[in-house]
Amino acid sequence: MSAIPESLLEQLGQQLQQVQGFIYPNEVETQWAILIVVYPYITGIVAGAFILASMVKVFNVVEVQPIYRLALLTALAFMLVAGMPLQLHLGHPERAYEIFMTPQPTSAMAMFGFVYLWYLLGILLIEIWFEYRAQMILMAREAKGLMKGVYGALSLFSRDLSPEALAFDKKASKFVTIIGIPSAFLLHGYVGFIFGSVKANPWWGSVLMPIVFLMSAIVSGIAMVMFIYILLSLLRNEKLDMVCLDKIGLFLLVAIIVDFSLEALDYIHRLYQSEESIGILTELVSAKLFTSLVVVQLLLGMLLPLVILVLVRTVRFNEELRKLLYFTSSLLILLGIFSMRWNVVIGGQLYSKSFRGLMAYKMEITGIESLAMALFLLALPFIFLAVLLWLLPPRWMERHAAQIPEEAYPAANLVGRT
Amino acid sequence: MNKRDFLKDAILFFPAAATLQALASDASATADATATAGATPNDYDATRHWYGMGVDINKCIGCNRCVEACKAENDVPEEPFFFRTWIERYRIHENGETTVECISSKPRPPEQTEQAEPVDPTVVRTFFVPKLCNQCAHPPCVQVCPVGATFQTEDGVVLVNSQTCIGCRYCIQACPYGARYLNPRTRTADKCTFCYHRITEGLLPACVEVCPTEARIFGDLKGQADRLVRFHRLNKINVLKEDLNTEPKVLYANMDGEVR
Repeated sequence: MSAIPESLLEQLGQQLQQVQGFIYPNEVETQWAILIVVYPYITGIVAGAFILASMVKVFNVVEVQPIYRLALLTALAFMLVAGMPLQLHLGHPERAYEIFMTPQPTSAMAMFGFVYLWYLLGILLIEIWFEYRAQMILMAREAKGLMKGVYGALSLFSRDLSPEALAFDKKASKFVTIIGIPSAFLLHGYVGFIFGSVKANPWWGSVLMPIVFLMSAIVSGIAMVMFIYILLSLLRNEKLDMVCLDKIGLFLLVAIIVDFSLEALDYIHRLYQSEESIGILTELVSAKLFTSLVVVQLLLGMLLPLVILVLVRTVRFNEELRKLLYFTSSLLILLGIFSMRWNVVIGGQLYSKSFRGLMAYKMEITGIESLAMALFLLALPFIFLAVLLWLLPPRWMERHAAQIPEEAYPAANLVGRT
Repeated sequence: MNKRDFLKDAILFFPAAATLQALASDASATADATATAGATPNDYDATRHWYGMGVDINKCIGCNRCVEACKAENDVPEEPFFFRTWIERYRIHENGETTVECISSKPRPPEQTEQAEPVDPTVVRTFFVPKLCNQCAHPPCVQVCPVGATFQTEDGVVLVNSQTCIGCRYCIQACPYGARYLNPRTRTADKCTFCYHRITEGLLPACVEVCPTEARIFGDLKGQADRLVRFHRLNKINVLKEDLNTEPKVLYANMDGEVR
């Protein structure tokens, strides 16, 4: 049995001083802190990016084909990080495997491991593998030394580039995407259910929570792919496909409208029903969450980008301005959704379950559960993405189109499109 | 008393005392046998018990002895952020407002216990409410635990296995009563166990044992002539947050509607 860390006692002492009204004494400690804000944020981006990618495969939205691979790799880069905040947050990270060994079937959290693994291994990796198989074979042929082995291994040493094999890739990839859509819904809807099923906490306990989480996930995933797409074009000084960007902008607009409506419905429903908790929740919003909820999440993160996206569709701005507006709104949305995760996770722990008082959360700057760690985890997917983009360049096929039968491979059909 | 009377009395007294002593030791041996019968793991039949606790709010004087006993018995950290049981003080004011405070967070230094607090004339009623894990029959904490480290025993006590708890804190979030905390020493969830190590030995939980006014009654709801069953019959009983359908087994007598 180890001693109690001084830093924890100091943090709790400071949080105790900021308590307003009455709280249960065990409530001084913020049980789920910044890392649990990061976790649904990252998972949401995974689900959203995947759903955007699946628009191409399942719904044949050819306009967004140029970002199909980018969206898949974005989903993978974020997926690789998604479990980390959870793992780091555990009191006993070394026991995390217990979730797989002795899962409790009644626990929403117990299913996380399985949903995560299913999505990573059963969907994302398989879809990317089929999508990139031909390219990896060709890259293995061209590469020298170590990289030859790497690409060989990545393609699982397959060599078949016959039209039949390529046609099968296409079919398999489409099939995986079709299963992938409900899986992506499951992945993030389930995250919402973890919160929504807590009846002890009325700020969380709402039947709409999984759907709100899902819609906000789609919004954040689309915004993230849009942001990365524009950013990459700036970094590489490449021309953007404006048809594609406009289409993403349209999806983003629709997703925001649905998300906004659902969240508004949730608040209206709470206010109208006006249950026992409404008094303390109103106090919570006005005293603790005004900036993060009303200003950042609602005004800056939702209404402002909504207005911008409507303007872009109604007024014919020139390309440069449109690019700038898309870039701005994607950033605002990403900020807004992060704020939304904060307001749900931290907000739900800033009022007492006695409904008689408010707590405080003082974020640590360094340490495991800290601002520094959160920033690191938020930066990590971009590093992973950079590696993935280097390893599996999305446009490689377009440049090497001559080597592959055009009719068989979708990416090859796009040569000259952008 | 003369010599004759003394001798006569002595002749009667010593055998009587010896007989009484023999009877007494016999009785305690029977009692011991009963108690140890409960202690041996082979004989203890958990399915024959369904433990609960009664709290008579009118009897609690807010002395905090239960809190201190609990912390000592169960090695609960001393710091005022970790409690298996605590006492709340409710004050109802003239205008109907209620102020609540936890009087266990800052134990009063002994030298100040003599000094009475200045009387607030607006207070019309005041009372103390001991709180602890409600040992719910439908425990939400057990439902959410991802690894089954928190479980309900057959005799109705919710326990945490600190060897398998991963410290995800979901159970703490799921508890509507704030009865759980993360033990900073073990980094696992912790809560009241009804002093399970004591009750299965036939002893009372530490908090019940030390309560000077018998505000806490521990018992077995399956027992025929149990004190708790009697407490349940004789009092108007309420439980905390009944609407959440957790079916608490901590039963409160004389509880005001303000208590949450």
